[in-house]
Amino acid sequence: MSVKKISKEQPEKFEFNATNNEIAKKILTNYPEGKQQSAVMPLLYLVQEQNENWIPLAAMKYIAKFLNMPYIKVYEVATFYSMYNLSPVGKNFIQVCTTTPCMIRGAYKIVEACKEKISKNENELSKDKQCSWVEVECLGACVNAPMMQINKDYYEDLDKEKTLKILDQILKGESPKPGSYRGRVNSEPENNRKTLLDVKNA
Amino acid sequence: MLKDEDRIFKNLYNDLGKDLISSQKRGDWSNTKEIFEKGRDWIINEIKSSELRGRGGAGFPTGLKWSFAPKEKGSRPHYLVINADESEPGTCKDRDILRFEPHKLIEGCLIASYAVNSNKCYIYIRGEYFNEGQLLQNAIDESYKNNLIGKNASGTGWDLDIYIHYGAGAYICGEETALLESLEGKKGQPRLKPPFPALVGLYGCPTIVNNVETISVVPTILRKGAKWFSSLGKPKNTGTKIFCISGNVNNPCNVEEEMSIPLKDLIETHAGGVIGGWENLKAVIPGGSSMPLLPKKICDTIKMDFDSLIAEKSGMGTAGIVVINNDQDIIKCMARIARFYKHESCGQCTPCREGSGWMWRMLERMAKGEASKDEVDMLMDVTKQIEGHTICAFGEGSAWPVQGLLRHFKKEIEKRNNFNPLVNRNKNIPYLVDQHLLDKKNA
Repeated sequence: MSVKKISKEQPEKFEFNATNNEIAKKILTNYPEGKQQSAVMPLLYLVQEQNENWIPLAAMKYIAKFLNMPYIKVYEVATFYSMYNLSPVGKNFIQVCTTTPCMIRGAYKIVEACKEKISKNENELSKDKQCSWVEVECLGACVNAPMMQINKDYYEDLDKEKTLKILDQILKGESPKPGSYRGRVNSEPENNRKTLLDVKNA
Repeated sequence: MLKDEDRIFKNLYNDLGKDLISSQKRGDWSNTKEIFEKGRDWIINEIKSSELRGRGGAGFPTGLKWSFAPKEKGSRPHYLVINADESEPGTCKDRDILRFEPHKLIEGCLIASYAVNSNKCYIYIRGEYFNEGQLLQNAIDESYKNNLIGKNASGTGWDLDIYIHYGAGAYICGEETALLESLEGKKGQPRLKPPFPALVGLYGCPTIVNNVETISVVPTILRKGAKWFSSLGKPKNTGTKIFCISGNVNNPCNVEEEMSIPLKDLIETHAGGVIGGWENLKAVIPGGSSMPLLPKKICDTIKMDFDSLIAEKSGMGTAGIVVINNDQDIIKCMARIARFYKHESCGQCTPCREGSGWMWRMLERMAKGEASKDEVDMLMDVTKQIEGHTICAFGEGSAWPVQGLLRHFKKEIEKRNNFNPLVNRNKNIPYLVDQHLLDKKNA
C-alpha cells in the first residue's frame, strides 16, 4: 500500500463547468438506474482534467452530492487508486516505470535524466512549475522497455540521451512524438521479424 | 514455428490497419449471424471442445466458465465483463489487441454475451491505457454505426451495449472480484468466493469475467472450428498464445506462437537470443512477475504450456516472459518485484499487507549483503505465512516469486549474507543486555 499526500492548500469551491456537466450526465447513462455510484471513477477523472491534473477535497464533496453518495465513499476511492492526484502536479506529469522488466533495461538512467532536468525529488515541481515526475509501477509496455508516460502518451525504447532530449522539448513547451524512440514498429521484433512477413510486404 | 495462416492476430504489429474495413478484410464480422443461428449450446460446446483456457493467468477452461451462467434469465440481468486491466509486470499483450485488433474483441464480446445471456458488456481498461481505450471506443462507435452491435446486433436479433470503464492504476483490480468492486464505484478490494461471480457478481447479478485475449480468439475458433484450435499445442494446452518477451534479449517483442513451444526456441527465434548468448542466461520468469522464476538448467528444456510449467513448480500465468542474464543481480531484481507487490497490496488481509513489506525489506537487505544467515529461512517462513492465508490470489502472487528465488538461488543469497548478530559473537555475556550497548566497550 502506498501513502498519498493530500494538499494542504485547498480551494474552497469546485463545480463542473458546462461542458463537463453534460459529459458527466452522459457518463451516468452508462450504468443501470440506481447504480450511479459506479460513475465515481470517471467523474474523478473529469475533475482531474478540469482542475489542472489534481483533485481537491471540495471536488470530492461535489461528486458525493452529484451522485447522492456519502462523501467518505468518494474519499476512499480517490485515496485508494494511484492515478488520482490529490495534490498539485505539473501540467506535464511524467511517470517513469521502474519495475523489474524496465529496471533491467536501464530505467534508473531515465530517473537520473528526470532528476537532472526537472527536479531533484519525485513529486516536486520544476523551476517553471510546469513539470513534475514520479516513479511508478509497471505501465504495461514491457517489451518496449524502458519507457515513460507523459500525460497520456507512452514514450518507449528510451535511453538517457533520448530522454534528456524529450524532456528538453517538454520544458520548451513542445510536444514530442510518442511511441518508440528506436524507430521500430510497435512491439515487433526489431530487425528480426520472422512472422507475418507476407502481410508486411503486401 | 507456427504457420502464418494459423495465426489469429494477423494485425499484431499494425501492418494492415485497425479500422472496420481492414478488419473485415481479415475475416472479422464475416458470418456472425450464421454462428448465432447454430445456437447457444453449440457455441458453448464448441468452446469446450476446443479446450480454450483463460489467457488472463489462472488458465480456467473458458467453455466451462460460460456454462456456469444460469441457463434462463431470471429477474436479474446478466453481465459480461472484459478484464483489460493488464498490469502484470512483463505482460503487454492486451494492449496490442486493444490497439490493433479491436474488432476481434468486440465481435468476441457479442458472441460471448449471447452465450452467457447478457445484453450489457463492460470493458474494464486500466487507466494508463487511455489512448488504447480511445482507439477501442472508436471501434465501438464504428460498430454501432454499422449495426454490428446495439439493437438487433448484426441482424441476429440479440441486443448488446458495450461500455468502457477506466481503472485508475490499481494492479489488484485485475483480480475479478476486485474488478467488480471497482466497477461498482468502490475501492478495489477482492470479495470472498463463493459466491462466485457467475452467480453473484456485478450489482449482485450473474456475471462472467473474461480476459481480453480469451474473448478475442473466440470468433476465430468458431469460424475455423474447435478441431483446428485443439490440433495446435498439446491436449489440455491447446491453441495459440501471444507471448511477450522482455528483459535481457536482443529483440524484445510480442509474438503469437503455438502453445507448448520450447522456451529456448521462442527466445532464440523471435527475440534474437539472450544478450551475451544463451550461456549468459541466469533465469527466466515465465509467466509474469507472479510466477516463480526458472534457472537456466530448466530453461534449456522447458516447454511453454500450463501443465509443463506447473510440473516445474512455476506457471504459465499471462505468458509475460522476463529474461534475466548474468549481468543482472538476481536478488535485486526480485527485491524490486517484492516492492511492486508491497506497493500494490490492497491492504484488506493482514498477512499480505504486512508480509509483502517484510519480504521487500528483507530482500533489499539481502541484496546488499546485510542480512544474517537465519533470515534466509525466516524469509521462506514469511512467504509460507502469506500463501493461502488471504482472500484473493494476490498473496500467492507475491509469495511465489520469492519462493522461486529461494528454491533456485538460496546458495547465492547465503554466500552474500554472512552478517553475524552481535549477540552470537559475544557468547560470554553473563546476563541479558540491550544489544546496542554491546557496541560500547565500557557499557
